[in-house]
Amino acid sequence: MKSSVITFPGSNCDRDMDVALKKFGFKNKMVWHNDPELPKSDLVVLPGGFSYGDYLRCGSVASKSKIMQSVINFAKSGGLVMGICNGFQILVETGLVPGVLLRNKYLEFICKNVFVKLDNKDNPYFKNLEKDIFEFHIAHNEGNYFCTEDQLKEIKDNNQVAIYYCNNDGKIEEEFNPNGSIKNIAGILNKEKNVLGMMPHPERMIDSCLSGEDGSLFFKNLLNNIK
Amino acid sequence: MKISAIITLKKDVLDPQGKVIHQTLEGMNFKNVNEVRQGKYFEIDVNENDPKKAKEIVEDMCEKLLANLVIENYKIIEIQ
Repeated sequence: MKSSVITFPGSNCDRDMDVALKKFGFKNKMVWHNDPELPKSDLVVLPGGFSYGDYLRCGSVASKSKIMQSVINFAKSGGLVMGICNGFQILVETGLVPGVLLRNKYLEFICKNVFVKLDNKDNPYFKNLEKDIFEFHIAHNEGNYFCTEDQLKEIKDNNQVAIYYCNNDGKIEEEFNPNGSIKNIAGILNKEKNVLGMMPHPERMIDSCLSGEDGSLFFKNLLNNIK
Repeated sequence: MKISAIITLKKDVLDPQGKVIHQTLEGMNFKNVNEVRQGKYFEIDVNENDPKKAKEIVEDMCEKLLANLVIENYKIIEIQ
């Protein structure tokens, strides 16, 4: 299976994502933001980092970069596009997923492990996963998910919430919300469920010695789902 | 022609930076503050002499890049 990771000026999780994808069997290519066209891909990943120094609004400048038109066309034709952290911020700026990511509620950069609960598995990313609660890592300053009431209703009606922040038992409550996100939302899908944006980093959880293995479960399963 | 645009957060959007500035001002004995909302200010020199057209160009920029209309409003405030 072929994947592409887009590198923007200021991306810093692109190589971690490359390592993770290759470890679980993807043939990955790194794609520069100024390239005009995507190589043939089964999955496109917008990685974490600080594209364009987070100027203007996080992800806003990257969302207008040359390669993004090709990524948007790929997503609109049903291709799988996953945005992690800054990649999620870029996705909301393209409008591929609804909402925005505001500054964290308590104005702190948050860097820690969190638990997230899958909301529904009726999508290519989480289908066939055996468990519902995953431990991932977050590291962000602008991860406070916000959308209008109308958007929230639409998101709920269409089962577009991908994951919620929770505790290790899967309880979704305000005290387990690290950044003030509306309804503890940590990740969102588009209506068609082929585009996923989420703040947590599964690529940082792929080694039992260094972290945990929940990211390994995610990537192995993703590869099998795409095959 | 120089056009200025002000981007402000919509009323219902949480502005933690504005809140901190508000608290700091109170700590400095500015007691008459009801609320502080932080925004962005742009000065754009457009290569266009017709004020109406120049304004339209900057409005288009606000819609497409400078503001995120989910959370922000924009206002063209000045034409020079």
